[in-house]
Amino acid sequence: MIKIRGLHKWFGDLHVLNNIDMDVKEREVVVVIGASGSGKSTLLRCINFLEYAQKGQIFIDGVEANAKTRQLHKIRADVGMVFQHFNLFPHRTVMGNVIEGLTQVKKIPYKEALQQGEDLLKKVGLSDKADVYPAMISGGQKQRVAIARALAMKPKIMLFDEPTSALDPELVGEVLQVMKNLALEGMTMMVVSHEMGFAREVGDRMIYMDEGCIVEEGIPEELYKNPQHERTKTFLRQIL
Amino acid sequence: MLDLPWDFTAIPRFFPGFYAAALLTIQITFFGILVGLVLGLVTGLMRLSTNKLINTPAKAYIWVIRGTPLLLQLMIIYYGLIDLVSVDRMPAAIIGLGVHNGAYIAEIFRGAIQSVERGQREAAMSLGMTQAQAMRRIILPQAFKRSVPPLGNQFIIALKDSSLASAIAVRELLLRARQMGSSTLMMLEMLMIVGIYYLMMTTVLTLLVGRLEKRLQVSDYRE
Ligand SMILES: Nc1ncnc2c1ncn2[C@@H]1O[C@H](COP(=O)(O)OP(=O)(O)O)[C@@H](O)[C@H]1O
Ligand SMILES: [Mg+2]
Repeated sequence: MIKIRGLHKWFGDLHVLNNIDMDVKEREVVVVIGASGSGKSTLLRCINFLEYAQKGQIFIDGVEANAKTRQLHKIRADVGMVFQHFNLFPHRTVMGNVIEGLTQVKKIPYKEALQQGEDLLKKVGLSDKADVYPAMISGGQKQRVAIARALAMKPKIMLFDEPTSALDPELVGEVLQVMKNLALEGMTMMVVSHEMGFAREVGDRMIYMDEGCIVEEGIPEELYKNPQHERTKTFLRQIL
Repeated sequence: MLDLPWDFTAIPRFFPGFYAAALLTIQITFFGILVGLVLGLVTGLMRLSTNKLINTPAKAYIWVIRGTPLLLQLMIIYYGLIDLVSVDRMPAAIIGLGVHNGAYIAEIFRGAIQSVERGQREAAMSLGMTQAQAMRRIILPQAFKRSVPPLGNQFIIALKDSSLASAIAVRELLLRARQMGSSTLMMLEMLMIVGIYYLMMTTVLTLLVGRLEKRLQVSDYRE
């Protein structure tokens, strides 16, 4: 589904991604962990072309894309993204947020979009909030709307960038539950998160990043119990 | 009683005689603002472009217009270009006020657009929207809302600045006052009349902008 080869990204002199090679297979759930500043967000943003890597290749569903690709927006539509701070559109209702991509990008007629929107909101358990503005709902609800908004595009893969780290602890569970359901339905997912429960329950693979490199990867349970690298050990000790 | 050299009873007597001039003031202001809004939006967007060929003309326009007096700009359009194109005074006043306000409004829009969080654009792009769609559907609606207070301020300035059209012989309020003052020999009274007109108009404008702001707040939503 996603193939990355020799990816490098610099911000000025800062080498943020250093020779990343990785694959995400269809229906796979890959969890990415690593200290703040290790390049996790940048990696996701490069896959969605919100940032452009200077070197290396990214293939999405077998098709290579980069900054020069024409109609990059069409590729972005196939890659769903959920942000740490939700980034809901404050001037649109919950339903408006969910159907924005359907009506504007997919050009689906409004009525049909509404129907799909209702199904999506039901899926994230927010049918009753359709006509409310984002400012009126909790953080956990916002993130669930954001997930529904991304799902509306029927993406081939969903990227989650610390989806629960801006939430109050009591709201984390409801978002993780929606994500677990997605994983069980077979959605291909790449999730930056330090929620170990989630990683062990639905993660197929876990990647540990440090200073722009993939240091180690493995099945979550094993990586967690038996890390091979000293840096991984130190990091896991810190977050657990 | 002090014996003042003024006859303030002239104020109500002559007040209605300024309607036509007030109408001209309103017209210059209204159409000037309209031109300014269009120019301002286009220039503001151009100014934000990363393409030098696009943002340089916008920067130059803003630099020149903000760096020279409106009075001079009006005179250049009306007297200065007369050999090239003859522009009537009303259109000259409207164009002058419009071009002048366009530069300020461009900066208002630019600031408002830049104040919309980066994540908004990113969320729109991640849904597969083009840059243009993200701008039109997501960023501009939020930016317009944030521009309302500074725009209201700019409109009031434009209304008052329309008095400079008197220098190119548009018989708006100020010129009318000076003409009436000369013919009646009651200059202060006539000037006070237009003062009242301006105050009434700016008050109404302020109230309208305030109500618009309130209306926009009802659907408020800030995260
Ligand atoms: N737009 C940017 N410009 C400059 N530096 C950036 C930018 N975005 C991120 N960085 C830097 O790149 C590094 C990696 O950031 P990031 O990918 O956000 O890490 P993580 O998500 O793992 O915390 C950090 O040092 C960060 O300061
Ligand atoms: Mg991050």
